[in-house]
Amino acid sequence: MKVLIDQDKCVGAGQCVLAAPDVFDQRDEDGIVVLLQEYPPAELHEDVRQAARICPALAIELDEA
Amino acid sequence: MNLDHVVVVGASAAGLTAAEALRREGYDGRITMIGAEQRLPYDRPPLSKQVLAGTWEPERTALRREDALVEADWLLGTPAAGLDVAARTVRLADGTAIGYDGLVIATGVTPRRLPFGHDLAGVHVLRSMDDALALRKDLLAASSVVVVGAGFLGAETAAVARQMGLAVTLVDPLPAPMIRQFGAKIGGLVAKLHADNGVTVRTGVGVSGLVGLGDQVVAVDLADGSSLPAEVVLVAIGSEPATGWLADSGLSLGNGVDCDSLCRAAPGVVAAGDVASWTHPELGVRLRVEHRMNATEQGMAAAKTLLGKGEPFAPVPYFWTDQYEVKIQAYGMFPEDSVPTVVVGDPAEGSFAAEYHQHGRVVGVLGWNLPRETRKLRARIGGAA
Repeated sequence: MKVLIDQDKCVGAGQCVLAAPDVFDQRDEDGIVVLLQEYPPAELHEDVRQAARICPALAIELDEA
Repeated sequence: MNLDHVVVVGASAAGLTAAEALRREGYDGRITMIGAEQRLPYDRPPLSKQVLAGTWEPERTALRREDALVEADWLLGTPAAGLDVAARTVRLADGTAIGYDGLVIATGVTPRRLPFGHDLAGVHVLRSMDDALALRKDLLAASSVVVVGAGFLGAETAAVARQMGLAVTLVDPLPAPMIRQFGAKIGGLVAKLHADNGVTVRTGVGVSGLVGLGDQVVAVDLADGSSLPAEVVLVAIGSEPATGWLADSGLSLGNGVDCDSLCRAAPGVVAAGDVASWTHPELGVRLRVEHRMNATEQGMAAAKTLLGKGEPFAPVPYFWTDQYEVKIQAYGMFPEDSVPTVVVGDPAEGSFAAEYHQHGRVVGVLGWNLPRETRKLRARIGGAA
């Protein structure tokens, strides 16, 4: 799984960090998403999928090919 | 009943999310998406921000690329006009009848209007992409705008118009902007934010009339007898659930589409997003939440219910607003009788987080330019104050 984030679309809701704190964080100054792991390990995949689903800006894309 | 055909009325965030959730949960029957607008699903929060400001092209708001859209039959530009719950049939404005096994109602809200003046050129409401583009066009050609209503939409629009260089007057009958959402203390800070950015904030006074010259608006009359010159007027005084098409359906429409805690409105019928009210199982109150995050969460919850995998819908609501360089973020509830207490930072420094307390508990957390800390405080909601 490869995680792609769109920092321009991101609204800083932090919902991804709540869902997958080992994969996502937020910038201090504006809350915009920071990707901690571009290729998260398998045990985190379901959390990452949940993060992508609930993002209110649809700013997370997953490449699971 | 077998579920072979799900009809989703409303092709925006809640409806799209419900359809995607159905597929993800393994539903492989037919889905029909019915949208009143001619457009594929797009995101609404940017309308009063990036789209109005012109920093995003309309295409940027697409919720999914066309090649990544959920597999469904798309009936766009065809508003629903009626529902027969017993016969499980949706009737469209063009007279077409569409049967369903499962129905998702996600028709959102329509802007509330003043009882006068909306026939004048230059008077706008803001809900759809077309609304946003029409307002932007008028703002680009004008030097001043009056914004009626200082809630989310009005306050955001005032900020964008100010940044476009217009003279802006923000009018609201309540004593401060966003007071309904966050109370007087935060409302005062929002008023100061706008005043500091050059907006004329006229709170505590209502609008009594819109004045036209020919068919063009030229002034806004206020209840105190004063009159504001206006080339453009945005009326942002809230919205009403888009339930007109359900008037004869027999569904309970007390506060939008009334649902139970599993988002069910009738056998085979669920509702989600701005249009749906439900009883929050933990808070024990009926809520209808007109925020973007809820469209996603409730769309997913409603889809699971249709598939027989429903769980009581118990979100911690989240919403936000961007005005100038300020991002206000809110988790939880902000009832009128709750009291905010600043727990991190300092309003005077332009960055803080506050907890809202009610009956000895934390019910909401608000952040003002402090996203990470605010998100961490979310865990306090429900706990002792």
